[in-house]
Amino acid sequence: MTAAIIQALTSHWRSHWLQLATLLIGIALATGLWSAVQAINAEARASYARANAQLALGQFDELRDPSGAIPLTHYADLRRAGWQVAAVLEGPYRIQGRTLRVLGVDMVAYPALPAITEAEAETDPADILTAPGRLLASAELATLLQAQADLPPVLITTELPPDVILTDIGVAETLLDAPGQISRLVVLPNQPRSVPPLSEIAPDLERISPASQVDTAQLTDSFHLNLTAFGMLSFAVGLFIVNGTVGLAFAQRRGMIRTLRALGVSMRRLVWLILAELTLLALIGGIIGLILGFFLAGALLPDVAATLRGLYGAPVTGQLTLQPAWALAGLGMALGGTLIASAQALWRLSRMPLLAGPSVQAWRGSGQGQRLAAYCGLALLVFGGLAYTTVGGLLGGFALLAGLLTGAALLLPLCLSIALNLCARRARGPVTQWVWADMRAQLPGLSLALMALLLALAANIGVGTMVSSFRLTFVGWLDQRLTSELYLTAESDQQGREITQWLEPQVTAILPIRNVELAHETGPLFLYGVVDDPTYRQYWPLIARTDDSWDQVMSGDAVLINEQLARRADLWPGDVLRLGPNHQLPVAGVYSDYGNPTGQAIVSMMQLDLIAPGQEARRFGIRLDPNRATELAQTLRERFGLAPQAVVQQAAMKAQSRAIFEKTFVVTSALNVLTLGVAGFAILTSLLTLWTQRLPQIAPVWALGLDRAQLARLELSRSAILAAMTACLALPLGLILAWVLLAVINVEAFGWRLPMYVFPWDWLVLFLLTLVAALAAAALPALRLLRLPPADLLRVFANER
Amino acid sequence: MNVKALLIALLLLFPFGALAQGYAGLGGSAEGFETPQRDYTFDFPADHGPHPAYRIEWWYLTANLKGEDGKDYGIQWTLFRSALKPFETEGWQSPQIWMGHAAVTTPERHFFAERLSRGGVGQAGVVAEPFAAWIDEWRMSGPDFDTLSLTAHGLDFGYDLALNAQGPLVFHGDAGYSVKSADGQASYYYSQPFYAVEGTLHLPDRDVTVTGQAWLDREWSSQPLAEDQSGWDWFSLSFDTGEKLMGFRLRGDRQDYTAATWINADGSTRALPDGSASFTPLETAPVAGRDVPIRWNVALPEYDLDVEVEALIPDAWMGTRFEYWEGPVTVSGSHAGRGYLEMTGY
Repeated sequence: MTAAIIQALTSHWRSHWLQLATLLIGIALATGLWSAVQAINAEARASYARANAQLALGQFDELRDPSGAIPLTHYADLRRAGWQVAAVLEGPYRIQGRTLRVLGVDMVAYPALPAITEAEAETDPADILTAPGRLLASAELATLLQAQADLPPVLITTELPPDVILTDIGVAETLLDAPGQISRLVVLPNQPRSVPPLSEIAPDLERISPASQVDTAQLTDSFHLNLTAFGMLSFAVGLFIVNGTVGLAFAQRRGMIRTLRALGVSMRRLVWLILAELTLLALIGGIIGLILGFFLAGALLPDVAATLRGLYGAPVTGQLTLQPAWALAGLGMALGGTLIASAQALWRLSRMPLLAGPSVQAWRGSGQGQRLAAYCGLALLVFGGLAYTTVGGLLGGFALLAGLLTGAALLLPLCLSIALNLCARRARGPVTQWVWADMRAQLPGLSLALMALLLALAANIGVGTMVSSFRLTFVGWLDQRLTSELYLTAESDQQGREITQWLEPQVTAILPIRNVELAHETGPLFLYGVVDDPTYRQYWPLIARTDDSWDQVMSGDAVLINEQLARRADLWPGDVLRLGPNHQLPVAGVYSDYGNPTGQAIVSMMQLDLIAPGQEARRFGIRLDPNRATELAQTLRERFGLAPQAVVQQAAMKAQSRAIFEKTFVVTSALNVLTLGVAGFAILTSLLTLWTQRLPQIAPVWALGLDRAQLARLELSRSAILAAMTACLALPLGLILAWVLLAVINVEAFGWRLPMYVFPWDWLVLFLLTLVAALAAAALPALRLLRLPPADLLRVFANER
Repeated sequence: MNVKALLIALLLLFPFGALAQGYAGLGGSAEGFETPQRDYTFDFPADHGPHPAYRIEWWYLTANLKGEDGKDYGIQWTLFRSALKPFETEGWQSPQIWMGHAAVTTPERHFFAERLSRGGVGQAGVVAEPFAAWIDEWRMSGPDFDTLSLTAHGLDFGYDLALNAQGPLVFHGDAGYSVKSADGQASYYYSQPFYAVEGTLHLPDRDVTVTGQAWLDREWSSQPLAEDQSGWDWFSLSFDTGEKLMGFRLRGDRQDYTAATWINADGSTRALPDGSASFTPLETAPVAGRDVPIRWNVALPEYDLDVEVEALIPDAWMGTRFEYWEGPVTVSGSHAGRGYLEMTGY
């Protein structure tokens, strides 16, 4: 008996293979997009964890000096008081335009690291500890390092994250030009019986527990949350397809099910078998989705890795490995999602009277349901708003987003219904009236697909607006910021002096660029010194300022800070920034600093020398006639034997910055396009579902004199009108979404707020694209209608099934 | 093997010449390093300080103590210096590596701890005058070499002791030039075996006030072991008569090499050449997974010495990065007394 039922159920798929394909594609798309995002997140997180393990980070307490580097004498004092600590000196190291991280550890005292153990197998430790020392790096990095003439020999290791050079602290001192400086002290396990308290030996140091150390995973949480939200959205849209197709399949199988029931098959057995069928389909679709997701993630990961490295300096390799965790989670999502999407259809099936007629009403949502959905939608909107105002932060921001999107989606059917009502009232002539009434009748069946469209459109507008606003602001900011025509890095301070001497008579201005890395309670803080030059006053946009910000800074009485630091530490003009135990300055202004994850501050060059004496003076910005830039760059290289990358022209620098920026948003735009495609597909499946119910509705109109071509045209316009209405509603939603992204999420996640720009031209394109998608989706049903034999329409009257 | 273990290998090059062979050629020659010369004139207090141009050096103190509870105790305080290159400089670039070992032996248990540092940063070092030798918070220092205070702490033990020299410095071998093999490898070697000690031992469950005597060895060299020598047994014995004996046996593949110094109660000495003294294991005990001699016969016919030397407890194992046995012993037979025994290479 069971076999016979299975045969009967599968016969449906055999005759409707396209439907089967649609269902599987729906499941696969949902699973694929979701698991791609999960795979990317999992890979990135695994990279962080690996890096932490490889570098023994986050395992031990640390001592830091909030005002900057720890002097060597503190180390000796602590040690001689019994404190078992190990010194670490770390900092950025630039090589051929790439910023690497040098991690210098006291190899005598530091806990054994896998990379060192590996390298030691073939090296004399005396070589590692004494000049010139050894650099440990990944194979890829080693090639880059070995090409440099003045670096110590490189040992290749597989046990280090990309972009990290591990070396002895003695070598790092030279590399980072920070003699006698220590970035942090690792508190080793096994301290002796009693040691005097820290406050007695080094009161200016702070002990930080591993939990409160800024770790990469925490730093990048917002980015991953962003991706996850996108994955969720794609998943939801994919489920709309599944919902549509399953609804269609059940509608078409009603006759067969009625027959099976009449033959004595219990409803319970039927429901179980259908459940099993759905499970199997979900698994097949899920596996296809996983494969899809794996390749998608593989394609996107290098860009994501680049983004993460660029934004946070987070070590992520561009290579994807299959991890069972996200594969299983993906299958689970496919299964759960399919069952949820089919629940409604299945529930209705189980409630169907034994000999129910083919009444269309049985499958139609009621006006009551519409109102209920609208109430839920309103509640969600309120919930989102409340969550943001009470909880706040990134989580509150995302709650606001979720409430906004789902709430608006649930409100959509009622809004469309009201709009159609209004149109119907104004309609003149029977055909027009019929068209509007017919559309309202179709609305419940289409509403899910239209919700999907609404979400996809809103996401598209929102994210598009954000990215474009960002791009516009960023490019404008780059133009303002990169004002010098040439940027030059000398090989030494001495050469720097020679070059400036030679250049001085020939150029408008030479702006030294000098900076020092300090530690602030909110993370690393880069302090820059500037000389008084009109360039700064003219071109540095301040988003908050006092009347004479620049005068105060140049006279050494104040400091300018970037927006990230201002928001993180809640410092605004008038507040005081602590730069060290003996240095604190009032904040005179805040400048925007897009694309930079760390805190930054600007003081006069004189102040910089006071706060952190002896910083290298090798980098300069050079102002001159732009037409002479290329020629002068060439002369400089030849005259002073500088490497090509030591003299960079402004245009090249801008191009590079823009390229990094574009990479950052490759993932976002890729997912954007995919969601819109999926939404179009959802409309198609919904229309196909409705098609089965169309004949009884169309036949009377046909009988009254409208020919099939007219009907087909009406079919197309109906789809287009609904899509257009949805698009109109999506516009304000998308703009609100953009505002939330720019003013809430961005501030929380990245620490900068962007001005919002609107792009009506983009909306028009999107609107047309939506119409095309709706028309394409309606084309198949319209074509069917056009080709429908009149006999079929007549038969409606002959046998009112 | 990690960097530290390799460093220790370098540090203990002296007793483990065989291990160090083929290791950057350090076992074979002493390129760039100075080597000990016969007829060297010691210059004090400067020679109490470090000699960075020599590959290895140590300040090695052991003490036999009696507690207020009547029990026997022993302590060890050692600072090793090992040079990766024959010079010293300020900062992390210093090629000098320092290692400290501290231990307390009670009749029940043996406690030990280890510290590692490099020179140049102030974490460890030795200053000749006023004398100070330290690594981390471990310290042996005083106004001069005769009056020292000594402290060290491990996870669960520690000690604070005062040392007062009751006799002169003692020079081994040929006026401090101590030959270590038939091939002529040698080191500079002198001792202060006449310290009177008093102070406190800190044990996990109690503090013990102790008195006793301590023996400080000073030795430096660059290439002291013959290639076939794999370990050594070293004795410092103080007899109730006031006389003392320093003797060692270097175990070689071809033959053992022995040397000894007889120290009279007034500090006058006589160096005894290879073969004068005999060191014979009588009983071994399983310690840290190996068989280690814990009862010895030591004979020196010239002085009618024929004694049995027995460990206070067998388990005086230094489970440090590079392991060896070091603990207090009791002496019985023709002479009675106490002392310290070090055994490496087992």
